[in-house]
Amino acid sequence: MKKIESAEESRKLLDKITFDLTRSIVKKDEMTRFWFFILIMFIGVGLWGWIIQIDKGLGVTGMRDYVSWGMYIANFVFFVAVSLIGFLLSSALHLLKIDWAKPVSRVAEQVAIAGVALAGLIIVMDMGRPDRFLNVFLHGRFASPIIWDVTVVTTYLVISVLLFYLPLIPDLALLRDRMGSEVPKWKMKIYTILALGWNGNAKQYKTVYHAMRILMLLIIPVGLSIHTVTSWLFAATLRSGWDTTILGPYFVAGAFVAGSAAVIILMYAYRIRYGLKDYFEDIHFDQMGKLLVFVSLVYLYFNINEFLVPGYKMKSAEGVHLTNLFSGSFSSMFWIVQIVGLVLPIILLLCKYFRKPLPIAIISVFVLVSAWFKRYLIVIPTMEHPFLPVQNVPENFQTYSPTSIEIMITLFSFFAALMIISVLAKLFPVITIWEYAEEKGIDKKYLSETPKN
Amino acid sequence: MENNTRRNFIKKLGASVGAASVVGGASILSSCNRVETVTGDTIQLLTSSGELVEVDRSMLKPADLPSLSENQKRGREGIPGKSWVMVIDLSKCRNARECMKSCQNHHQLRPEQHHMNVLQMQDSEHTAPYYMPKNCQHCDNPPCTKVCPVNATFKREDGIVLIDNERCIGCRFCVAACPYSARVFNWFEPKDAEKYEGVTYNIEANVPQKKGTISKCLFSADRLRDEQLPTCVSACPNGVYWFGDRNEDAVTNGTTKETVSFSKLVKDNAAYTLMEELGTKPRVFYLPPKDRAFPFQGEIDDHHA
Repeated sequence: MKKIESAEESRKLLDKITFDLTRSIVKKDEMTRFWFFILIMFIGVGLWGWIIQIDKGLGVTGMRDYVSWGMYIANFVFFVAVSLIGFLLSSALHLLKIDWAKPVSRVAEQVAIAGVALAGLIIVMDMGRPDRFLNVFLHGRFASPIIWDVTVVTTYLVISVLLFYLPLIPDLALLRDRMGSEVPKWKMKIYTILALGWNGNAKQYKTVYHAMRILMLLIIPVGLSIHTVTSWLFAATLRSGWDTTILGPYFVAGAFVAGSAAVIILMYAYRIRYGLKDYFEDIHFDQMGKLLVFVSLVYLYFNINEFLVPGYKMKSAEGVHLTNLFSGSFSSMFWIVQIVGLVLPIILLLCKYFRKPLPIAIISVFVLVSAWFKRYLIVIPTMEHPFLPVQNVPENFQTYSPTSIEIMITLFSFFAALMIISVLAKLFPVITIWEYAEEKGIDKKYLSETPKN
Repeated sequence: MENNTRRNFIKKLGASVGAASVVGGASILSSCNRVETVTGDTIQLLTSSGELVEVDRSMLKPADLPSLSENQKRGREGIPGKSWVMVIDLSKCRNARECMKSCQNHHQLRPEQHHMNVLQMQDSEHTAPYYMPKNCQHCDNPPCTKVCPVNATFKREDGIVLIDNERCIGCRFCVAACPYSARVFNWFEPKDAEKYEGVTYNIEANVPQKKGTISKCLFSADRLRDEQLPTCVSACPNGVYWFGDRNEDAVTNGTTKETVSFSKLVKDNAAYTLMEELGTKPRVFYLPPKDRAFPFQGEIDDHHA
């Protein structure tokens, strides 16, 4: 790592970095207002939908006695999946001392916090009796995978928030010391309180490094558990399509694909919106592209195992399920998801050109949307084909199609997640300033200086 | 079809008139015993078997039902010393659906909610179709109770898998876990919700039903407590159902009231359980549909697993 010796040069560079990286906080234009207006609109509409659902009952959804888990559960799995990227980028790659991942880690943590927070909320929205939510704690039975899920999801949320917050403390002190009239008073107050009296001495840095290391190690088993346990919600049943032993690693691999795509999209948005071309550089997109190819290849391997092996045998109930996916009513969705969401991105991202910011951002959008439909394909087709025939019930019990209320509530979850990310981006720098400055060779002592002007 | 509904209507009418006259007669008798003035002010009541009856207001006295907590406590424990089993003779079923109807009445279900569902089955392409009444199998290794996060569905000592809809959070994990599609959910306000408002919850019949909670066959645990056969067993006109206690090794036919040895019945007829390869160990045994008393007349539904 190169070191800048001249104090003057260091101060100048630090000023520039701080200026660039706080642009997201300072910037306030029509576009920002419009964006928050859209977010609040959709969140409001979704909450209204939820009130209707509570009032009338879950019957306002397309779910019935046979397909009793629908889009909400698919969406829940999607959000858990997306959130898993926090653990990969800000913990695993950090521990492996992979330097390019450092500026990306805060973006990954934003995605992780938003994803896992919404996952928790969606599950409550899927409950028939959300008013009895506390029963989960009052009467919890530890034999149920739902209790394991509640345990690990809350633990993951706490660790993710801490992993977001700890490296933020030196930045908060920096903001406290350097920001002036350009940010409102209440924001400064937040910085002052959250900075916890940081003054940047060696002992404090040592504590933060130590705590971060512990958290990074802790989040590995927790991160792996959240998605493994989520897969067990399905694998613990006897239904064809779910009753397989590879569901845990299959879900984890798929989660990295979805999460990487989400992080790339967000990086691109920040790069364009906040003029961070020199921070989210082409090399970061290039590396993220390689990472996406790698995790997609792992996921492809699990997909082949998941579908080819039972497809070779075509056991009775399993065969009905697979036929339905390969050539039945879900076949177009299935093949589009596999090709557009998995095979094509792998092939394209092997070329250097497609790992440039704009192409990879577009590819990532397709990957992320496919990832959502992939969860839909995991949940619904299996439920549509129980072991015993579906008889003596109305037509709408036999196949599932989501209703407008369900779509409203699902849109709510997307916009609420974007809301969390937007608020975090408006409050805190999207890249860790002190880590970045250090990377550029600025000595830590300049960080805690208050500028003269 | 139309014929069928008319016949049903006449049957229902007959049943209600019969029940009404019995209750009416009983009330006249009891009014003779208890010197009470008849006010002439009548009130409509629903009996536990689902019939609407009219009695004099002066006849009303509060029923001595156990309190909610007491009811739930004994409901969770079960009936001591019993081990309930059901045997369904597929060779006798002609799809009369009296079991389904009486069950829906007893448990206050909507028409599309079935604790007991008579399915038209065909095991493979070249085998004979048959009718198969299917209810909760009351498994001894129940997949549903394992996954319940709040212990709202549980296995009792007497073998019945019961539901506590005062506890259920409506996550529907049990529905996903059950391979027999035995569980139904209250997607909307249950049938006649206003009518039963404020009625003490009876865990052993799972009534009144509650919006956002699960329901399923309970072997009419409330009737078993009163030493009666389950509703469906009693309602069957064709002798399909046998019900009894495995500890006593005796099962009684709901139609003929004949009691036989459970083990002998099962052994002599090569009884089987549904999807035994799943290891759920059902308590409902099926006698194969051989030498059927009624030919199969249905149409096999294509929507098959």
